[in-house]
Amino acid sequence: MPLKEDRKAQLRGLCARFRNTLIDILYKAQSGHPGGSLSATEIITTLYFEKMKIDPKNPKWEDRDRFILGKGHGAPMLYINLAEKGYFPAEDLQRLRQFGCHLQGHPCAKDTPGVELSTGPLGLGLGAGAGMALGAKAQKKDFYTYVLMGDGEIQEGVIWEAAMSASKFRLDNLIGILDYNGVQLDGTVDQIMPLGDVKAKWEAFGWKTIEVDGHDVGAISEAIDTAKTIKGSPVIIIAKTVKGKGVSFMEGKNGWHGKAIGPDDYKAAKAELAGGK
Amino acid sequence: MAGSVTGKAMRQMYGETLVELGKKHTNLVVLDADVSGSTRSCVFAEAFPDRFYNVGIAEMNMAAMAAGLSTTGLVPFINTFACFAVLRCADPIRSLIAYTNLNVKVVGAYCGLSDSFDGASHHATMDINFFRAMPNFLVLSPSDGPEAALATEAAFRHEGPVYLRMHRNELPLTSDYEKNKFELGKGVVLRDGKDVTLIATGLMVHLALAAADTLASQGTSARVVNIHTIKPIDRDLIVKCASETKGIVVAEEHSITGGLGSAVAEVLAANKPAPVAFVGVENTFTETGDYESLLTKYGLTAGNIVEKAKKIVK
Repeated sequence: MPLKEDRKAQLRGLCARFRNTLIDILYKAQSGHPGGSLSATEIITTLYFEKMKIDPKNPKWEDRDRFILGKGHGAPMLYINLAEKGYFPAEDLQRLRQFGCHLQGHPCAKDTPGVELSTGPLGLGLGAGAGMALGAKAQKKDFYTYVLMGDGEIQEGVIWEAAMSASKFRLDNLIGILDYNGVQLDGTVDQIMPLGDVKAKWEAFGWKTIEVDGHDVGAISEAIDTAKTIKGSPVIIIAKTVKGKGVSFMEGKNGWHGKAIGPDDYKAAKAELAGGK
Repeated sequence: MAGSVTGKAMRQMYGETLVELGKKHTNLVVLDADVSGSTRSCVFAEAFPDRFYNVGIAEMNMAAMAAGLSTTGLVPFINTFACFAVLRCADPIRSLIAYTNLNVKVVGAYCGLSDSFDGASHHATMDINFFRAMPNFLVLSPSDGPEAALATEAAFRHEGPVYLRMHRNELPLTSDYEKNKFELGKGVVLRDGKDVTLIATGLMVHLALAAADTLASQGTSARVVNIHTIKPIDRDLIVKCASETKGIVVAEEHSITGGLGSAVAEVLAANKPAPVAFVGVENTFTETGDYESLLTKYGLTAGNIVEKAKKIVK
């Protein structure tokens, strides 16, 4: 069902606020990954605040939907969403990446409530997500498993092992989302290792594909609704995004994949994001 | 080879134990990467086709899927050759299973040189050291068919990740399991002795017993200890052996770098320095050949254990 305008406006407001928080906590941490956190903002926020069946008071509720951040370096945006949902106190965000804080540089499922899978080494999330989806089928549970992957991440061979498995086991309760921002650490994806026809690749592996603007909360929400209507095969939502989205000098720049934010850049980013408190 | 033979290879006992466990526990699931006939996970597949997943020749993804399955309350046993369990599955084993202490059982078949004719590419002499270095993992290495069955059951009952090392062949019985109960983390004194201690695991256990016979005929009293749980290691028993005998020979079908010998040496260094000698594969690649020839060439023999024991007691 399409989202109402006021609901979309609420979600956009959350995204604006989350971008602000992101720049604050990454500036404070003086490390971490702004580019891929900003590109995934609408995707993660729409999942947590609109689509997923979860109970932050009961993080291990067995029928909950699962979200896996395959591209684990996007952790800060995941943590911001989890804190807002109440999985842990928002003040923990101020100690991101600091010694003694549970908010590890990359997500750790053992330490942080709401994190479903420890990720960081790229490519493992999809297979683990396939395992969760298979576990749901085996136990006749109706939860969905969402796996957010980076476009650089799908250069990992194990992604395609997992893609084959999800197809073989007919995991229509597994929804992949590709954060297709076109930029990786060393340069653009086209320069470093071109992905070719991404849609055709997934379809060749037996997946259904949906293409969407990854910064349009309404479109993301509808794509997920559509994905849930597809039976007998896994679905991937190919979400076209902009790396560094929302901070103009970071947009499309591989240099902002994982760079510490200096004082001048911090001020400039905050001024640009000033609308979202 | 000394001793009587069970009539069933370790891996067959493993497969049959999975079926027995599977009858009682519907949360047990089994994955294999296209070698189910070899690992004998096929026995489970036949009994419980709906709880068996063949993921094809994609070991890394098998381990990742098992991680995911375990988070839904299922208890996956993943199966491949021991060499691939380490080399292909290493990242998900470390980054997903060990890191988050997930309840996944990794079963390495054809351990050591037991897949002799397939050559060094298929020999597993670098698995114990890898799994010892994985926090949260238990490392189990049974010595014969019945012990493999007991280890399988213990692995299932333990809440947390376990590596289970499986030999390809039938092996002589090493113990009376009515008398010597299988207890995780506890070494088993198979034969008492006062001059020297022979600590062994897996295949090398029955060879250590044979070595003790030879030593006895030459007037040396050798104690023989079977270590089926390499991690956590039975520290107290090792310290006791170091106190009560003149030294220890450790024998394993594995690289001497980082395996059981290293585990024993670490215990001795920290608690009770004592002479220790190692029987295992040196830091070298092995080769194709019949099993007996390979064991002889790479020093995995009762004779080699005897020689090293004699140097300690002399």
